[in-house]
Amino acid sequence: MAHDASTHHDDHDHKPHGFVNRWLYATNHKDIGTMYLVFSLVMFFLGGLMAMVIRGELMFPGLQLIEPEFFNQMTTMHALVMIFGAVMPAFVGLANWMIPMMVGAPDMALPRMNNWSFWIMPFAFTTLLLPLALKVFFDIGGGGPAGGWTLYPPLSLQGGDSVAFTIFAVHMMGISSIMGAINIIATILNMRAPGMDLLKMPVFVWSWLITAFLLIAVMPVLAGAVTMLLTDKFFGTTFFSATGGGDPVMFQHIFWFFGHPEVYIMILPAFGIVSEIIPTFSRKPLFGYKAMVYAIASIAFLSFIVWAHHMFTVGMPLGGELFFMYATMLIAVPTGIKVFNWVFTMWKGSMTFETPMLFALAFVILFSIGGFSGLMLAIVPADFQYHDTYFVVAHFHYVLVTGAIFSVMAAVYYWLPKWTGRMYNERLGKIHFWASAISVNVLFFPQHFLGLAGMPRRIPDYNVAFADWNLVSSLGGFAFGLTQLLFAYIVWDCSRNKSLAKATDQVWEGAHGLEWTLSSPPPYHSFTTPPVITDSMLAHGNVAH
Amino acid sequence: MGQTETHDPNIYYVPHASRWPIIATLALFTTMIGAALTVNKVAVGHYVLYAGLAALVFMLFGWFGDVIRESVKGFYNRQVDVSFRMGMIWFIFSEVMFFAAFFGALFYARMFVVPWLGGEGDGALTHEFIWSGYSSAWPTNGPLKVGGMFETIGAWGLPFLNTLILLTSGITVTIAHHALRAGERGKLLTFLGVTVALGMLFLYFQATEYYHAYHELGLTLGSGIYGSTFFMLTGFHGLHVTLGTIMLLVIWFRCAKGHFSRDHHFGFEAVAWYWHFVDVVWLGLFLFVYVL
Repeated sequence: MAHDASTHHDDHDHKPHGFVNRWLYATNHKDIGTMYLVFSLVMFFLGGLMAMVIRGELMFPGLQLIEPEFFNQMTTMHALVMIFGAVMPAFVGLANWMIPMMVGAPDMALPRMNNWSFWIMPFAFTTLLLPLALKVFFDIGGGGPAGGWTLYPPLSLQGGDSVAFTIFAVHMMGISSIMGAINIIATILNMRAPGMDLLKMPVFVWSWLITAFLLIAVMPVLAGAVTMLLTDKFFGTTFFSATGGGDPVMFQHIFWFFGHPEVYIMILPAFGIVSEIIPTFSRKPLFGYKAMVYAIASIAFLSFIVWAHHMFTVGMPLGGELFFMYATMLIAVPTGIKVFNWVFTMWKGSMTFETPMLFALAFVILFSIGGFSGLMLAIVPADFQYHDTYFVVAHFHYVLVTGAIFSVMAAVYYWLPKWTGRMYNERLGKIHFWASAISVNVLFFPQHFLGLAGMPRRIPDYNVAFADWNLVSSLGGFAFGLTQLLFAYIVWDCSRNKSLAKATDQVWEGAHGLEWTLSSPPPYHSFTTPPVITDSMLAHGNVAH
Repeated sequence: MGQTETHDPNIYYVPHASRWPIIATLALFTTMIGAALTVNKVAVGHYVLYAGLAALVFMLFGWFGDVIRESVKGFYNRQVDVSFRMGMIWFIFSEVMFFAAFFGALFYARMFVVPWLGGEGDGALTHEFIWSGYSSAWPTNGPLKVGGMFETIGAWGLPFLNTLILLTSGITVTIAHHALRAGERGKLLTFLGVTVALGMLFLYFQATEYYHAYHELGLTLGSGIYGSTFFMLTGFHGLHVTLGTIMLLVIWFRCAKGHFSRDHHFGFEAVAWYWHFVDVVWLGLFLFVYVL
């Protein structure tokens, strides 16, 4: 390396001593990133447990395990926990760990606010889970929210004491997300080392810059929407009641104005991750760097004008249906560019198939399946048939599990050696991948059939005609759930087992970018002076040439 | 981090660890749990809420106190200053989007919901079978006349006066800013003081208007969609004016203590930006809530 910033750090890092100083008062981007990731993994297993309860009940027709009311609480909480507790914090954790190292910064721009952003999360989820936990463990109250994660009134307002807890928990998550996003934008725009021009940044950094913008734009809208729910329930307003001149459908519009960008908040960082991993293991620069950046920006822009495709059947004027249908289909264009460019990055590359690459490849294929079913759902007359069926459930689990979550796993395998300084157990990693990739398809693919045959979502019991595929799906679900315990073991093993092979600074033969110029594990403050950046240190080369 | 590091532009500044964020988290958690208990009418709820709010105020004093001390000692270099600026700008953008949700509700209700309930467009059958007696109009409290009869507040009385007050305060805070940059201390304190006074006057008139609405016009938060949007928008705006006035007051004391120099006064500018934001929101409110 022309300028190895790491060498003079290793001997005197500034790691604070003691649990309280290191973690509760944390200002270090790596420590906070680690906390985000651990929190996300805990929530992933908690949300997964709820999924197991759901699949357990749905394994056979009829009611076996739980009451319908509790089933509804499980579907609602599974979604809230997975979206706000598992996927989003995982990406924020990766952003915290990687962005300062990728742009040549010492830390995040606003390190103390970073701490506040993280620590709000466990307390937000304590607030959210409190009513459910009180019911399950002490039989107090009516349990958690059961009206679905979208909180549609009037149903959501008919819940018990949990409504207020859910709303205030959403407020806390919003505060956390907004501050986290502000921090990421300030870091990217203000903390880049000299020479790290915007169009030289890794695509992961670009994807997060745009994601952070989406977060700041829409989390306050969600806050506004749930505030109106709160006042409708407790303070006599009638935003969502026709009796006073309001409209429950208005909530759906405001909610999905948040909700659709939110969907992309959960996938744009995944695009960034895959755009880092595929070039590394293809040993070729990313194909069409600028097109990738512009595609992400286009998708982000379109996300603001497609929201009502979530509510085609609610009764909208025809002009609205048509507008939202065509706008939605437009998204296929930039998304197609991305998939095309990933494939062409691999074209004639010297490819190897380590675990991160396997997950990234599975992402490209399986996310595309989710994208195609999304296109089907975008067609208004077809959606009238598919709406609120298991086809929708299959669609968004393909984009969220084999999309977002697979990308997080790819990222963890990709950067874990950098974080810990040790290579994870590759053999176990491959087993984890194949077991996950097979079981997740057994779990979700049959749900397409169920949906097309007419099985509605969010029900604990169903017609016996749907019995076979539900059994298959449940068996796949249990297998997928169990497989993830292996993931937790591999990560634990890599961070604790000193007998594992040491990772080099570059870790992967084909890896490029500033983070690979630092030692493995990197120094406590990534860069204390701005590194001198040469073209060979850039993740995707100098596209200006 | 030592002070020596901050004077070298080639070395990054990283603030030392702080106990305030975790205190802020606990304060926020207490406040939110307190609020949830209070709306659910749990007996001790409001005590928890007040304890949380008190803890939040304590945290704000402590955290800002630390930042001010570090700033006055000259720890913060140009890069930190830019980070702070970006933080404030994007925070204000998030606030804009928060208000956008309520403006969106107002526009959607007026342009679509109310006409549909009255039978226009796709609402013909709904009107025929469910709300056949309702003729759409604005202001309205809906087909069931939720909250009973009410009158609205005219735009050209107190609201217009308040518009003038806020616009004037936008000018006075700018004059104060120019005075700060010119190093004219007396003028700075005078015009910043006038800005604070105008903010308080606005709030006084707003309170008068609310009292009038509740006690003489029958217009309340529960007056159907009109009352809901009216009080939600003006209420959240009023809350922001209150916060802005408090922030201006704090900045006045900081100016009096001599915290700011002619070219290093981000705290002042941040509050001025916030004040202009509150001003612009009011113009939107005045136009869409009162005039139209």
